[in-house]
Amino acid sequence: MKFSRRALLMAAAVAAPLAAMASLSSTAAAEKVLRVIPHADLKNIDPIWTTAYITRNHGYMVYDTLFAMDENLKPQPQMVDTWTVSDDKLTWTFKLRDGLKWHDGNPVTAEDCVASLKRWGKRDGMGQALMDVTASLTAADDKTIVMKLKEPYGLVLDSIGKISSNVPFMMPKRLAETDPFKQVPEIVGSGPFIFKKDLWQPGAKVVYVKNPNYVPRSEPPSGAAGGKIAKVDRVEWLYIPDSQTAMNALISGEVDYYEQAPADLAPIIAKEPGVVVEVNDPLGAQGMLRMNHQLPPFNNPKLRQAVLHTIDQNIYLQAAVGNPDFYKACYSYYACGSPLASEAGFGPYKKPDLAAAKKLLAEGGYDGTPIVLMQPTDVPILSAFSLVTAQRLREIGMKVDLQAMDWSTLTSRRAKKDPVDQGGWNIFHTWWIGGDITNPVLATGLGGGGVERAWFGWPDDPELEKMRSAFAREGDAAKQKALADAIQTRALKTGTHGNVGTFFVPVAYRDNVKGLIKSPVQFFWNIDVQR
Amino acid sequence: MLSFIAKRVLATIPVMGVVALFVFLMLRLGPGDPATVIAGDYASPADVERIREQLGLNQPIVTQFGKWIWTLLQGDLGISIFSDLPVAKLIGQRVEPTLVLALTTLIFSVLVAVPLGVIAAWKSGTWIDRTIMVFSVAGFSIPVFVLGYMLIYSFSLDLRWLPVQGYKSPFDGLIPFLRHITLPTLALSVIYIALIARITRASVLEVLGEDYIRTARAKGQAESKVLLVHALKNAAVPIVTVIGLGIALLIGGVVITESVFNIPGLGRLVVDAILKRDYPIIQGLILMFSFVYVLVNLAIDIVYTLVDPRIRY
Repeated sequence: MKFSRRALLMAAAVAAPLAAMASLSSTAAAEKVLRVIPHADLKNIDPIWTTAYITRNHGYMVYDTLFAMDENLKPQPQMVDTWTVSDDKLTWTFKLRDGLKWHDGNPVTAEDCVASLKRWGKRDGMGQALMDVTASLTAADDKTIVMKLKEPYGLVLDSIGKISSNVPFMMPKRLAETDPFKQVPEIVGSGPFIFKKDLWQPGAKVVYVKNPNYVPRSEPPSGAAGGKIAKVDRVEWLYIPDSQTAMNALISGEVDYYEQAPADLAPIIAKEPGVVVEVNDPLGAQGMLRMNHQLPPFNNPKLRQAVLHTIDQNIYLQAAVGNPDFYKACYSYYACGSPLASEAGFGPYKKPDLAAAKKLLAEGGYDGTPIVLMQPTDVPILSAFSLVTAQRLREIGMKVDLQAMDWSTLTSRRAKKDPVDQGGWNIFHTWWIGGDITNPVLATGLGGGGVERAWFGWPDDPELEKMRSAFAREGDAAKQKALADAIQTRALKTGTHGNVGTFFVPVAYRDNVKGLIKSPVQFFWNIDVQR
Repeated sequence: MLSFIAKRVLATIPVMGVVALFVFLMLRLGPGDPATVIAGDYASPADVERIREQLGLNQPIVTQFGKWIWTLLQGDLGISIFSDLPVAKLIGQRVEPTLVLALTTLIFSVLVAVPLGVIAAWKSGTWIDRTIMVFSVAGFSIPVFVLGYMLIYSFSLDLRWLPVQGYKSPFDGLIPFLRHITLPTLALSVIYIALIARITRASVLEVLGEDYIRTARAKGQAESKVLLVHALKNAAVPIVTVIGLGIALLIGGVVITESVFNIPGLGRLVVDAILKRDYPIIQGLILMFSFVYVLVNLAIDIVYTLVDPRIRY
């Protein structure tokens, strides 16, 4: 049999792509892929440059940390093998584990970690506080980090093992020396997954592959701590902004895991066969009502207390979440379920008291000035919180100017300290995930540093600051607890902010997904997909 | 004709200039600040200011505008504030899905709507005409997202024939491409089918009353030839006009369709950029959409000369 040259060429042209496709499909069949709908789009990839939670989660995929919080929110060594503290509590020495490597193949050194800690210490609040008391931070040798303090500090491990933004992730020195106000030019970590920048499509897709050189710890996973074993070859984050479409994609099996299923859709998803809906974050998120302490009328503590007396957490949570499976009243400024959670000082505020609120309003001399309440209509939970606040304040006789805007506008406007008629504001709502409010230093809302140092709303209470500082320097757990209670009581007395309740955003996943880790942050190691 | 095209292309320059200035000012004078979004909840005012400085947002608006125009003239759309990636690259990643969805919608709409409109005109006043017009009104009235979810429910969740969401390039295989593009195309097409069918019906109906149609029939021309050669060609100018206008509507419709079917196209890119105040992306995309719209208008003017030889520029 004879074949013409043209026929042979044509056959080759047809066969080559078919062979390539066959090889691709066999690779695909062998590869275990976890397809995830993340809670937001990964728009930037430097977790020190931004505090966005999605970038923090990306950080946990790619980077590793010296210490990490376990499920009881206790810091445990992660990249660190052993550590010692001098008797005077001023010198901390950390020795790195053997076998740690960056994704580019180079070994992790103490110098890399020192540079990483310094960069983090310029951006993160707890990092800045730690650096304020640090006399020197150096690498004694390739594996030993030495931190010398100016004075004893009780939050060294809590700071470098911080679970939420900004997490002190370790990077190679050449990248960690980037200006902390600029993004790092490339992503090289030492974590369990490798970021595939060439496959990154902002707004659509992020791809991570298993790091074959990762050396996990031998302990079982616990929170952010323990062995980080990548059980899938590849994790794909497929951003689906429309919650209805995301739900449909999960039900049809096109994705395996939906990180934040809206509470109103959760019952529908839960009825579908092969899908599990559950709360994976034991701490949830705490809703916050923040007043502007610098502008009338809330520069008057009586009026702030009046507002606190209007708060009925169940009303807020019912309006914003609706499904009681996913919310609970929590009378603590520290995340309920965390070690410092306490009802200290909350006695008068556990039940709303509109009569007391009206009385305080009269005593405070409220003159009927309208209250500017910023309502971010593109964030449904905060939008609902704002509506409830407007109604409650009207019930006690306050005039409310409810101003609708998007969240981006709110974030820039809340920084304005101008009077209300020049773009200022009186109240807005936000929330904090439980991992961000586990102690008085971390809980930014409790700061009383005034216009210079406090968080938006700028409470000015030197006594409160003194107490927070004492907490940070205290090394004894029992004394820290007593101080935390006192700080909360003080904050309620001065009305730093209102706690409008705790809510939980459930995760939804196909029942072939196994090994989720309970934590305020979603991790993707230890998760397996059985196909 | 060539001088007309050249003049029209040159005229796009001042149009684009006005669009650029307008978009730039609208974004800078409107509320919101990307630096505060980047800085996050813990940042101090000093941190926010340093980020603004790094991004060049603390410079006078005139300087910022001048810098942007200068990079634009060099063919560079700038760098995304958030992802640190070139805007041209981000647009490049998204052009194909949007273009493909727009094209499939346009082709499908024209292929279905023009025959429906001609049939409705031909059978004017009969039950066929009324049925087509009832569907046309219904198609015009159903929002794209409602229809999209209905299609997903029926064909993806219930029958399990087609995927719920996503996009596959035609270069990665015809079957996966068709499976992914069918529902979005159907959802987005319905409104255009309704629009084009109604205009075609009205236009053909008007032409059917003309003397030359009666003459063609009197000469014994087949009815199909009367309709397609004599009537439709003479009714084409308004149809082409409405197809052109439809492309502008399509840009809006694509945004919603891309959200419902999770297609990573330009529509979603612009919405995300607006919510985050990623100025370079918004500016680049609006400029591009404006440019496309100007070109579409030009193309339609040229098509007029093809369908109606009396039109000359």
